[in-house]
Amino acid sequence: MSTPILSAKNITQRFGAFTAVNNVSVSFAAGKLAAIIGPNGAGKSTLFNVLSGAFAPTAGEIAFDGKDITGVAQHEFARRGIAKSFQITNLFPQLTARENVRVAVQMRYSRFAIFTPRAKFTEWADLADALLERVGLADRRDRLARDLAHGEQRCLEIAMALACEPKLLLLDEPTAGMSPEETMVMMQLIRALANERTVILVEHKMKLVMGLCERIIVLHHGELLAEGTPDEIRSNADVKRVYLGQGPSK
Amino acid sequence: MKPFIALVTRHRVLAVIAFLLVFPLIMPYSALAVNVLIFGLFAVGLNVLFGYTGLLSFGHAAFLGVGGYLTGISMLSFGLPWWLALPIGVIASALVGLVMGWLAIRTRGIYFSMVTLALAQCVYFIFYKAERWTGGENGLRGIKVEPVQMGGLTFDLLNPLTKYYFILAFVALALWFVSRLLASPFGAVMETIRENEKRAAACGFDVARSKLLAFVLSAAICGLAGGLRALHLSIVPIDSLHYLTSGQAIMMCLLGGMGTFFGPFVGAAAFLLIEEGATNFTSHWQLVTGVVFIVFVLFFPKGIWGSLLERMKRS
Repeated sequence: MSTPILSAKNITQRFGAFTAVNNVSVSFAAGKLAAIIGPNGAGKSTLFNVLSGAFAPTAGEIAFDGKDITGVAQHEFARRGIAKSFQITNLFPQLTARENVRVAVQMRYSRFAIFTPRAKFTEWADLADALLERVGLADRRDRLARDLAHGEQRCLEIAMALACEPKLLLLDEPTAGMSPEETMVMMQLIRALANERTVILVEHKMKLVMGLCERIIVLHHGELLAEGTPDEIRSNADVKRVYLGQGPSK
Repeated sequence: MKPFIALVTRHRVLAVIAFLLVFPLIMPYSALAVNVLIFGLFAVGLNVLFGYTGLLSFGHAAFLGVGGYLTGISMLSFGLPWWLALPIGVIASALVGLVMGWLAIRTRGIYFSMVTLALAQCVYFIFYKAERWTGGENGLRGIKVEPVQMGGLTFDLLNPLTKYYFILAFVALALWFVSRLLASPFGAVMETIRENEKRAAACGFDVARSKLLAFVLSAAICGLAGGLRALHLSIVPIDSLHYLTSGQAIMMCLLGGMGTFFGPFVGAAAFLLIEEGATNFTSHWQLVTGVVFIVFVLFFPKGIWGSLLERMKRS
């Protein structure tokens, strides 16, 4: 395997006395669509937060594109090409959909310019429009983010994450709370996005990732339980015991 | 009504200045109009941080005070002309803002407000104790502004109306700057921080540095208000550093409509007019402003101007 785009070595994350993630090492190959799954409380979201820079791990190292990024500030992640979408919809609620994306696009060009009118940079708005088109929100662009339907808000999240032209896209339960129709649309979108870049999702809908991903990482009680292709995971006895054995997944 | 609103919104600086040009003519006396102008600018400065960046500072009196004191001290102790003293006041305010902001942005929410309050109290006591420079409890007295010569014209600042228009020139300049700031790319960053700090960081914005820049700019604008006030009153009262002054700016912002361009002026005018009217009847004028404030927070959370804008947009 060539150098992985993202590799995490011996990640441990403690919150006080509680160990949410314990000594997990994973790496992700460039250009692949991978998923981190596990039952509730397995430490998926914690691992996601460490990989996406929301907090620095208690112990362990993360490298992106061969460079160490352990403990780097959150905003640096976006600038280096790691974008994320949040599990709980996390937008700028009182701004329009277009402004949400436009400001995310702006980050690449201007962060501290205090005197030039931003309306002059029409190319930012054009880029934003193209991204909204991409996620199917072109006709909703003048709505306030808070007025969009839940599924639309999730799509807007993705458009914003794409705005920094990430090499790596991290999605935390992108289909959480979505209707089956919306889930289908989102899955198609994720598949299309994965053709152009590395995508890692955190999910607990087992069925969804089985049909979608090339590689699956299973966490249980904060530890790495198994990793492999969907077929390998499906036939793995440990996974069956802790995950599939507990009845149908949500 | 809509085209009118659109016009005013597009040319907000011109609209505000046009209003302020005729404003003293509808006020009972010019000194009150000057007060509205100065406190309006003070509230505009706070609004940059509070209304647009979403950070509630309880310590902005520090900037009004430092701007005033440093302008005054430069003139009295160093004999500098007003046009040099005023920028010194503004820069000093910005520097104090840099230190206060640097310490305060480490905290969030109520803790941010408390830290700004505590630091502003420190500034208050430093100026209170440095009697030799500041006059201590009595305030800084005896600031004199000679008639200003400009392009062959003489402006005598002892004439209240002349003084009003002289100060308006600086306020207009500051408003133009604030308008540019809000329309700039950085203005968008400030709004994203108000809306959702976590997402702003995930988008790649350095939230801490952006907050600090907003804090310093806000402090500088309030410093200008303070410097102008020193020229206006010829003294710098120690109250200008008092926490009640910080509270007044917050009340003006909320009363007028935080996060709107013209709101702080409306708030300042409303506050000072109520104070003016109420003191004619009772020495407990705070009771009246307090009740008005509560009514607005409860029933018109967008403030006078904010509610008006909303109503006009709907009709």
